[in-house]
Amino acid sequence: MLEIKNLHASIDGKEILRGVDLVVPTGEVHAIMGPNGSGKSTLSYVLSGRDGYDVTEGEILFDGNDIVEMPAEERASAGVFLAFQYPLEIPGVATMTFLKAALNAQRKARGEAELTTPDFMRRVKVASEKLNVSQEMLRRPLNVGFSGGEKKRNEILQMALLEPKLAILDETDSGLDIDALRVVSEGVNALRSPGRSMLVITHYQRLLDHIVPDKVHVMSAGRIVRTGGPELALELEAKGYADYADEPV
Amino acid sequence: MVAVQETVDQVRQIDVDQYKYGFVTDIESDRAPKGLSEDIVRFISAKKNEPEWMLEWRLDAYRRWLTMTEPTWSRVQYPKIDFDELYYYSAPKSTPGPKSLDEVDPELLAMYEKLGIPLREREILAGVEGASDRRVAVDAVFDSVSVVTTFKEELKKAGVIFCAISEAIREHPEIVKKYLGSVVPVTDNYYATLNSAVFSDGSFVYIPEGVRCPMELSTYFRINERNTGQFERTLIIAEKGAHVSYLEGCTAPMRDENQLHAAVVELVALEDAEIKYSTVQNWYPGDKDGKGGIYNFVTKRGDCRGDRSKISWTQVETGSAITWKYPSCILRGDDSQGEFYSIAVSNGYQQVDSGTKMIHLGKNTKSRIISKGIAAGRSDNTYRGLVSAHRKASGARNFTNCDSLLIGDKCGAHTVPYIESKNASAVFEHEATTSKIADDQLFYCLQRGLSSEEAVALIVNGFVKDVIQQLPMEFAVEAQKLISISLEGSVG
Ligand SMILES: Nc1ncnc2c1ncn2[C@@H]1O[C@H](COP(=O)(O)OP(=O)(O)OP(=O)(O)O)[C@@H](O)[C@H]1O
Ligand SMILES: [Mg+2]
Repeated sequence: MLEIKNLHASIDGKEILRGVDLVVPTGEVHAIMGPNGSGKSTLSYVLSGRDGYDVTEGEILFDGNDIVEMPAEERASAGVFLAFQYPLEIPGVATMTFLKAALNAQRKARGEAELTTPDFMRRVKVASEKLNVSQEMLRRPLNVGFSGGEKKRNEILQMALLEPKLAILDETDSGLDIDALRVVSEGVNALRSPGRSMLVITHYQRLLDHIVPDKVHVMSAGRIVRTGGPELALELEAKGYADYADEPV
Repeated sequence: MVAVQETVDQVRQIDVDQYKYGFVTDIESDRAPKGLSEDIVRFISAKKNEPEWMLEWRLDAYRRWLTMTEPTWSRVQYPKIDFDELYYYSAPKSTPGPKSLDEVDPELLAMYEKLGIPLREREILAGVEGASDRRVAVDAVFDSVSVVTTFKEELKKAGVIFCAISEAIREHPEIVKKYLGSVVPVTDNYYATLNSAVFSDGSFVYIPEGVRCPMELSTYFRINERNTGQFERTLIIAEKGAHVSYLEGCTAPMRDENQLHAAVVELVALEDAEIKYSTVQNWYPGDKDGKGGIYNFVTKRGDCRGDRSKISWTQVETGSAITWKYPSCILRGDDSQGEFYSIAVSNGYQQVDSGTKMIHLGKNTKSRIISKGIAAGRSDNTYRGLVSAHRKASGARNFTNCDSLLIGDKCGAHTVPYIESKNASAVFEHEATTSKIADDQLFYCLQRGLSSEEAVALIVNGFVKDVIQQLPMEFAVEAQKLISISLEGSVG
């Protein structure tokens, strides 16, 4: 599914990713942990094609094709989804309207028919009930005045509707209370499937109690410096990142 | 940054030439000689078969205009207009007032069809029945004359008069005499005085006491002729307890040279009357280098003359090279209300200086201003507004909200609010924001699969929603599309 080889990327001439190597096979869930500023969010932006990053070396193979030159919206339609660490607000645009526009834009790009309104509403209803997202919230402008936890739930709702092949979740657990963490994790687990890979960026072991990963990677100073099984997260929780203190970025 | 650079490049390439209403209609026309003089004023008056009093009114205006100088206080910049190089009257040749649609030049009908404006009542009825029972009566003004007004008979049954102002001057002189110039005095400002001297046509609406106009009224203005000024004059009177909703739409062909449009619109609302006036202005904005386009210098004012009367202005301004207009309300009657809802979009080299004046004279008068300015390209977008309460205006209240949205970094948005209160009990609130479509907001949309065009349209539609909701339903969709088209190519 996803194969990252020696990926170097910089922004404004400053190198942030310094040779990332990472393989996420189809159907697996991998976690990325690592200290603040190590480049986790940057990796998620580079994977999803955000403007402003220069990939200076290496490749990103998605389903076997190098997507480094592919525009962000095409990657999205091809199945790359990013749940943002800080979801953006769009005043005046109802969440429901946004969901429909996004879903239909992707369907159109893939040559599929647009969904009819009733069909769309049915899907939203099913997905939002699972995530405890109220109808009232769906009528409100996208993320405007949403609490931190509501924003994160809304990200997972979008993931459920868009059914991506590769989902990157950037600190989806931060800002969630204990109950919301459970609801969101259940939502994510329900979306685990043999055809879908996930990259879960987190600082806390407790998320990985709910979403048990196949592998855990440690990122430090723009590189993956260690890879292990779920037990690696426990070890990090106990010892911190002191062992990985690479030269600072 | 790459994203910013791309935006900058895109903005440089903006192709305002895509203006979709830019065709010229090939119609023989009857024009007055070039330039302005007393003879031209007499010529126009004679063409319209006007009574003597009207001619005198015009000549008086013309003489006063000669003593005035062009105002320079707005933010807009343009080369000096040579008023002697303009034509002040142009009419399609076939029309000394067509009796029915069959007498209207087929080229003209075809043009209105191209613009999507239905002039054939039968077809409107056929098309609209079933879908909705809302119909729209249309008055179409081509260069200097009104070519056709639809649904006249049906309106007449309700006692409503909806016709060309030239016709009203002949047929209803007592009403016209009473109200013309009573809201915008002849000497109000340079362009209004010019308009008073040479106005050619426009719409006249009279709603008698207690009548709710049975349908939406609408006028479409089109400037076709080269070098022609369009000086339309609209007068709307709502008697006690009357209600009317009126919409004007404007387009013009692409021309290299600038064309002048200097209209005057007067609204009078008596006790408990309500007038809702909506505008979708899409005059030709000029090409990508800022060449050509309409100079839109307009005076629009409503007088809430009676107690509890209400006047509401809604405008969607996407066209014109230069827009200079302030639809205003004089809140004379006690408990009267004024509203101004505006969307002003500028792209390319367009300059917009627009806003409103709310003059609180009566007790417990209320006004509300919602202005949304969107600037892209190298355009300049200014909101200029005045809210004032006079000594006797106890309990006056105003709420103003001015939001500006910038797309790219070569454009400008400015807010110039003036507030004057001579009554201590007046409560005026003012809110203003300026935002930019941020790179991260755009990326969020792209990441969900939207193209950048779709993303901008979505964000902009969200931004203008409060105002779009004020438009009559059938025009809301049209207005939204127009806004998207006007902003095409404004981001990468
Ligand atoms: N636009 C930018 N210009 C300069 N430096 C940047 C820019 N964006 C990110 N950085 C730097 O890149 C480094 C990595 O940032 P990134 O957000 O990817 O870290 P992270 O691992 O996600 O951290 P956190 O755990 O705090 O979310 C940081 O040092 C950050 O300051
Ligand atoms: Mg981060």
